[in-house]
Amino acid sequence: MSPGPRLPLLFDIPAPGSSFTDLLSTLGYTRPVNFPTDARPVQAPEGTTVLALRYADGVVMAGDRQATEGNLVAHRQIRKVFAADSHSGVAIAGTAGLALEMVRLFQVELEHYEKIEGSRLSLEGKAAFLARLVRNQLPMAFQGLVVVPLFAGYDELAGKGRLYTYDVVGGRYEEQDFGSTGSGASLAKSYLRTAFSDGLTAEDALKVAVGALVSAAQEDTATGGPDLRRGILPNVMVIDSVGLRELADDVIRPAAELAVEQIR
Amino acid sequence: MTLPFYVPPEQQVREKSEFARKGIARGRSIAVIEYVDGLLLLAENPSTALKKISEVYDRIAFAGVGRYNEFETLRKAGIRQADLMGYLYSRDDVNAQALATTFSEALGAIFSRELKPYEVEVLIAEVGQPNRIYRISYDGTLNDERRVTAIGGKAEALTEALRQGWSEGMALDAAVALGKSSFRTSEGRDPEGWEAAVLDRNFGRRTFRRLTADQLA
Repeated sequence: MSPGPRLPLLFDIPAPGSSFTDLLSTLGYTRPVNFPTDARPVQAPEGTTVLALRYADGVVMAGDRQATEGNLVAHRQIRKVFAADSHSGVAIAGTAGLALEMVRLFQVELEHYEKIEGSRLSLEGKAAFLARLVRNQLPMAFQGLVVVPLFAGYDELAGKGRLYTYDVVGGRYEEQDFGSTGSGASLAKSYLRTAFSDGLTAEDALKVAVGALVSAAQEDTATGGPDLRRGILPNVMVIDSVGLRELADDVIRPAAELAVEQIR
Repeated sequence: MTLPFYVPPEQQVREKSEFARKGIARGRSIAVIEYVDGLLLLAENPSTALKKISEVYDRIAFAGVGRYNEFETLRKAGIRQADLMGYLYSRDDVNAQALATTFSEALGAIFSRELKPYEVEVLIAEVGQPNRIYRISYDGTLNDERRVTAIGGKAEALTEALRQGWSEGMALDAAVALGKSSFRTSEGRDPEGWEAAVLDRNFGRRTFRRLTADQLA
């Protein structure tokens, strides 16, 4: 194996602390974008509906698989729900390219902090940091390129699952029971409002999550419902005190079949 | 204006080396032992708060002896460089050799330019096919080691004891036992506390795990 690209050993730069994002800006990798005066909004693929809900042992996160560009399907099997670290997940809606990059930076940031400091950030700390990343996107939002994430995880200090929604300016809102973001969010939320109850089991929470996505896909053309024939199923993650795990397709499939059955 | 006294370079290097070696000799040692699933890093460390062994990247770990603030600076610099390379390019582009050579360059530059050299010795270990172990000294000397090695005050005696007891395909508990007995042989006393971690290829992407007191007992 040949040595990879090499950079100067970074120990004589002005104190970058334990934040990777700050390290990037110290080194000049994050220059503000200068828009030309006649800049017009560009069209780029957008992610649609993602959601999270609490259940007895933690939280469940789910997202459909479609990215839309105007009236076209840009990607049929995009992933919008990601592990942020071992005990938290992040889901995205809005301009896909910027959102995916935000997720990648967020993942590196959490791991970087953990390695430098020797301990993980609190769930509250992670949520607050994500708000900063959203706020950094504000100049892009004025160009119509909006990123709105959803953050959820198991709070090891509080001993329970928690979830946060954001707005376009980086406002952070902790949700008690469930949250959703993206084009089909209001539809998903009205489903969740009736289907949610306290202390759901993991199996029931999976059914509710997939049901809400299917319900959103019914009326929001941008949201992709489960495509059983092609085997395209939503991404679902479960986070409890043990950690985060992604559910396999054969676990999700019965829930998706049931949800599709129920709307007939 | 007063001119500084002329000191011949040979003398300067000799005195700086002596100074650095004295500092390192006071430090407790760290051993690396290859076992069947990866690499074990074992340090004598009476403190449970201050660490000498650390995760750097998915398959890479760092260990340092000598002055705490100096190897801590190097450790953080290593993590920053690894994370930066992985973020700008790909996680596959981060490897121990690139890190070891930059550590070597940095320590070499400090040794020749600064008034006081770093009183440290550091290790970069990487689990893979094959495993890689690099040892970098206070003056930037870079050594590529295999199977077992040690840094710190009693490094030579410890390495010798490790080599004698090592065998191909050791399990983790056998490697821990070998490490502990080699420390006793080389130090001639009972160590005052352990710090241990592994890079184990069965752990998925992040291969670094600290060993608990139970696993060390």
